[in-house]
Amino acid sequence: MNPTTAHPSPPTATASDPRLSRARALLEPVLGPTLKTSSFRDNLRIFVEPDQLLPALAALRDRGGFHLVELGGTDYLHYPKPSGSGKRFEVHYVLLNRDTTDRLILKVGVDPDNPSLPSATSLWPGADWLEREVFDMFGIRFDGHPDLRRILMPDQFTAFPLRKDYPLRGRGERHNFPRITRAES
Amino acid sequence: MALTPSLDNPRSPALLANNPRLLRHAGGADLPEGIQVTTLDAAVNWCRKYSLWPMPFATACCGIELMAVGASRFDIARFGAEVMRFSPRQCDLMIVAGRVVMKMLPVLQRIWLQMPEPKWCISMGACACTGGVFDTYAVVQGVDRFIPVDVYIPGCPPRPEQILRALMDMQDKIQRGGRLNGTALPEQILKEQLFEQSRSSPAARLLARQERGDEARFGYRLPGGSASLGANEL
Repeated sequence: MNPTTAHPSPPTATASDPRLSRARALLEPVLGPTLKTSSFRDNLRIFVEPDQLLPALAALRDRGGFHLVELGGTDYLHYPKPSGSGKRFEVHYVLLNRDTTDRLILKVGVDPDNPSLPSATSLWPGADWLEREVFDMFGIRFDGHPDLRRILMPDQFTAFPLRKDYPLRGRGERHNFPRITRAES
Repeated sequence: MALTPSLDNPRSPALLANNPRLLRHAGGADLPEGIQVTTLDAAVNWCRKYSLWPMPFATACCGIELMAVGASRFDIARFGAEVMRFSPRQCDLMIVAGRVVMKMLPVLQRIWLQMPEPKWCISMGACACTGGVFDTYAVVQGVDRFIPVDVYIPGCPPRPEQILRALMDMQDKIQRGGRLNGTALPEQILKEQLFEQSRSSPAARLLARQERGDEARFGYRLPGGSASLGANEL
């Protein structure tokens, strides 16, 4: 086996990347001619601002044929390097075009002082529970979401446990229950 | 003729009938062969211990081992406990098999309260007993902090034989009237006091605090008391 085909060199987000040129053609009416991108192995990331998010997603969906396959959050609080957007939180939208098998990742930085983003449920109803999970774990609100409640943690829970400043063992929530003794039950 | 626990073979009517020493225990009453005299408590406990109906509260891989115990190779039916019921109203033995998260704990407590008396609880596996490796914000560090537990099974997950062993211990405890050491004999009371002493000594409390987690180090709230939970109970 040819070792160069077994371990191909990682593609970079260069101008010669055909996926990038296709995405640029779709996003140019929304984001302008310059895209802020990064890449790791075959992941191609495009950074957008919160107010550009919905138009960019709509352009990729309506004219590019992309659909949403994953939506998640990240907290870069103690990360050694600054995040790609420079903000503490980032929300990523993994999009897939099943005709061209292009995968794109849109990343949005979220301001920790006012963590909110526009909801993508108007474009993809399937984003409903994914955004609820990001809200539950990171406390990022999605404006326009039809039913923004906690989805994993109980409703009485007050913290956002995947934030990096939340202790791993919690703040005693797991002990905050009445104790049923043999005499009482 | 009365049965006392110290007899070698108290269930043999022939032995009792032919032994004048045993007849003296019964006040000299001469009973026909095949008749035994015992206390109602002992008879009821004997019925209870061989007809336990388990409530399998299986939340993780321990539940798979619990299913193996119900299958033919290990066959929990040999101990009269094969009637697993999935409604707590019909059960008298809860087997907590697996980790319990804080969202599940109110459900566990509610199911426990729904079970009719008399009822017992087996905490099966490392997760149910102590939280196991899941020392995170969401996982309860031992169900015995919030519901009473009679028998603990160590292991991750425990072997089916351990579950059968625990069931036999449970039967022993039920026969003795609810407490594993009983209260009848003076030496057992003494042993119980020794247990209590050793568990409440400062060294044991320190050990328990180290073993049961270091919540106090972070200033966590502990509504159930300090980390030496369980030191005041048998």
